[in-house]
Amino acid sequence: MIKKDLVIVGGGPAGMAAAICAYEQGVKDILLIERDQYLGGILNQCVHTGFGLDYFKQSLSGPEYAERFIAKIKTIPQIEISLQSFVVNLSSDKQLTYLKPGSLNQIQAKALIMATGCREKTREMINIPGTRPAGIFSAGLAQKLINIEGLLPGKKVIVVGSGDIGLIMARRFFLEGAEVKAVVEIQTKCQGLIRNQVQCIEDFNIPFFCSHKITKINGNKRVEKVSVVKVDGDFKPIKESQFDLECDTVLLAVGLIPENELIEMAGAKINKSTNAPVSEKLNKTTISGLFVCGNAYKVYDLVDTVCRDSETAGEQAAEYLKGIK
Amino acid sequence: MNKKIICTQCPKGCVLTIDLQNNQIISITGNECPKGQDYANSEIKNPVRTFTSTVITQGLSLRMLPVKTDKPIPKQKLLEAINQVKKIRVCQPIKVNDIIAKNFLDLDVNLIATRNITS
Repeated sequence: MIKKDLVIVGGGPAGMAAAICAYEQGVKDILLIERDQYLGGILNQCVHTGFGLDYFKQSLSGPEYAERFIAKIKTIPQIEISLQSFVVNLSSDKQLTYLKPGSLNQIQAKALIMATGCREKTREMINIPGTRPAGIFSAGLAQKLINIEGLLPGKKVIVVGSGDIGLIMARRFFLEGAEVKAVVEIQTKCQGLIRNQVQCIEDFNIPFFCSHKITKINGNKRVEKVSVVKVDGDFKPIKESQFDLECDTVLLAVGLIPENELIEMAGAKINKSTNAPVSEKLNKTTISGLFVCGNAYKVYDLVDTVCRDSETAGEQAAEYLKGIK
Repeated sequence: MNKKIICTQCPKGCVLTIDLQNNQIISITGNECPKGQDYANSEIKNPVRTFTSTVITQGLSLRMLPVKTDKPIPKQKLLEAINQVKKIRVCQPIKVNDIIAKNFLDLDVNLIATRNITS
């Protein structure tokens, strides 16, 4: 079986920052596994600017930010990159199985860093009743369809949730010519950065409903309308306030869940309410030499913080490898 | 008259109160640092935003090329900018910072690529 000192799963900002730092700390036999066709992760679909104000001291777009790391990693031959590679199994003794077009590969790692990011919460997880028509998307999926595939998923849009991705997508749909009928937020105020509240919502007079929630999605083949209701301090609906909004698309921007099924498969303990690893110290898991960094460890607000904490994971893995030699 | 705006220069988000008379700024209050004064001035006189979007490609490794203006443009030009961007097609390999449209909308800014694309 092929052996590697350090295997990193995930080629987004967390995985790349960890790989570069581990190399700089003396690890010279690294494999970076990425399931997509290119490095960069979700940054590639975040075409807006505002990334890197802390780390690079300038406002970069997502792809520009990713490119800084990609350019650096490509100068380091000791970091082998395997694209289109999907890990399907991980064992407690750090054996990995991954699929690549045309092959099934097994590899034995001495240390492992999982930088597998998050997935988006779904309609089922926030219990919106109603029918199951076409036109319901998670915000990140809609972002990928527009910015990577060049497809506009809808023309009359309701955004559920006012975190940054909800706000960014409200603006993106508006500028692409769609009508953004409302952003609906159950909390009493906007959840995203102030910059995004101003530049994505107020700039375009997009209707914003805080202390409101969607109570029903209606539609036969395609979404036709949603019912919206005001909620009180305990998030209980105030029935008489209910109204309907016509729309063909519902975007769900209601939070992220760390992806940790692989380390769970290996026997690491997972916090069932957050899906993050049970951890005594930053990036650590209950298995020695198995680290988790970036959004898979916890949901971060800023990619700059992801990179700094993931560099720490690189150092931790280097330290661990020195200890077992 | 008084106009209230939220400063976006840092995450603090000071609420700035601008005393306006005949479109002239009489006073700006509520800012906790000097950046707030500059921001309020620019928001009243000429609010600007960095424009970002994607351009359709033909025959390249990716279908869409992400782009941005290399300097902020007036806020009221954003819709004009997107209509212009939809007319552009990119057919050659591109590197980050390559100019996609020079003197974009005659605004003395360039539209530049923010991703590498190969053939």
